Amino acid sequence: MESLSNRKKVVSDKKMTFWESIYLPAVLGGMWITFKHLFRKHNVTKYPEETREFAPVYRGQHVLKRDEEGRENCTACGLCAVACPAEAITMVADERKKGEEHLYREEKYASMYEINMLRCIFCGLCEEACPKEAIFLTDRIVPTYFERDNFIYGKDKLVEKVDERIDISKRQLTGKRPQKS
Amino acid sequence: MVKVIVDDIEVEVEPGTTILNAARKIGGDVVPPAMCYYSKLEGSGGKCRTCLVEVAAGSTADPRPMPKLVASCSTPVQDGMVIKNKTSERVHENRGAVTEFLLINHPLDCPICDQAGECHLQDLGFEHGKEGTRYEEERRTYDPIDIGDKIKLHMNRCILCYRCVYVANQLTDQRVHGVMHRGEHAEISTYIEKAIDNDFSGNVIDVCPVGALTDKTFRFKSRVWFLKPMNASCECTKCAGKAVVWMFGNEIMRVTGRKDKYGEIEDIDGKTAWICNDCRFDKKDVSEWNIEGPRVINRHSVISQNHYLKNDPERDAKKLTGTK
Repeated sequence: MESLSNRKKVVSDKKMTFWESIYLPAVLGGMWITFKHLFRKHNVTKYPEETREFAPVYRGQHVLKRDEEGRENCTACGLCAVACPAEAITMVADERKKGEEHLYREEKYASMYEINMLRCIFCGLCEEACPKEAIFLTDRIVPTYFERDNFIYGKDKLVEKVDERIDISKRQLTGKRPQKS
Repeated sequence: MVKVIVDDIEVEVEPGTTILNAARKIGGDVVPPAMCYYSKLEGSGGKCRTCLVEVAAGSTADPRPMPKLVASCSTPVQDGMVIKNKTSERVHENRGAVTEFLLINHPLDCPICDQAGECHLQDLGFEHGKEGTRYEEERRTYDPIDIGDKIKLHMNRCILCYRCVYVANQLTDQRVHGVMHRGEHAEISTYIEKAIDNDFSGNVIDVCPVGALTDKTFRFKSRVWFLKPMNASCECTKCAGKAVVWMFGNEIMRVTGRKDKYGEIEDIDGKTAWICNDCRFDKKDVSEWNIEGPRVINRHSVISQNHYLKNDPERDAKKLTGTK
């Protein structure tokens, strides 16, 4: 049978020559390789002091966006939940009352919106399905907890604060659909 | 019996049958979409123009093609007629134009609309619609109106198919529901927003092909694809009591009539199974219904998304008989 790669090496136990059997050249050869690395560029970041930059396509903890006027974009249409392959998203919709126009953008809103971070596989399909540009995955990492209940993120953790906006401009660029010609 | 050919498939139908019904006799892909025609309502059809087809040969006696596309819901067949629906490029193009016109004033608020997922205009737009709109003017807008305490009318979404008006004419004895004004300003209305309190007025919700008439008891409660449609029956003195209950867990979120694949209420024992308002709006307790089993939903429909039982009759039959 033909081999799948050319990395196959035939192993043999032929007798070593005198030069090979004193091992010193091989040891020195190895030391030389180690020594060369002292002058190379370092590839390791010293993690807690330095953090590496995230790739623009990194998919971390979700955010539910507000628009410029601070109203929630989400209208509880349920498309993220039906797109979710892990079934991590649940929501309950409610009708916007008179006087709540500054809180919610559309006449329907999500009164309850939960993502189970234990189920979530961070695939980003919710973001892709969203017709209202409400949900985005960010470069924040979901922390670890000791209790399972803590992983069910409600609106308190998901909706961004009015005075503490979360930048998703990188995601908006990567998530653009190709225009049909 | 007359012989007609629809998309290269020959079918024999009664004389006087419309092209649409002849195509429905074949079934499958060759059936033109219909937004306004409703076989259970007398006189419906001919308004939306989505069912346009090309007649390549008028009849055996006069085989000239018809110069314009014809509305298949209101054109009777003739012996030897050759009809093109799927196979005609002209039909596809024109249906796209009709869709564009229907969507001119449509608010496209599907994320909010309760009809999303079972909306015929959504299906039509999906198949024939364009991504953008060329309409630059302000869309015609109305405020949502309550028709009675159980029905909500969103005139913005209405495509003026008149189905609800025919329901009001034919199912209820005292008509208080119609179309006011003309042309661009036409509007479904009850006289001075008078409540409809007939037992069968709720059927306007079932016949509405878009989300213009929606159930207020279900308003924003859930999305259809989160629900499990179940065939159910109950003892009812006013109607046949055969309905579909849409369940979320053990809770009944809404009740509708049993609709077939064309979105029309099914015939049960030779009678159209319209359901009464008591069944539709008030019986929301599981104990009031005798649940017969899951409703068969097309597995390409969003309603069957994430429901692990496929409910595909053909597949189930093959499984049962062990054939591949």
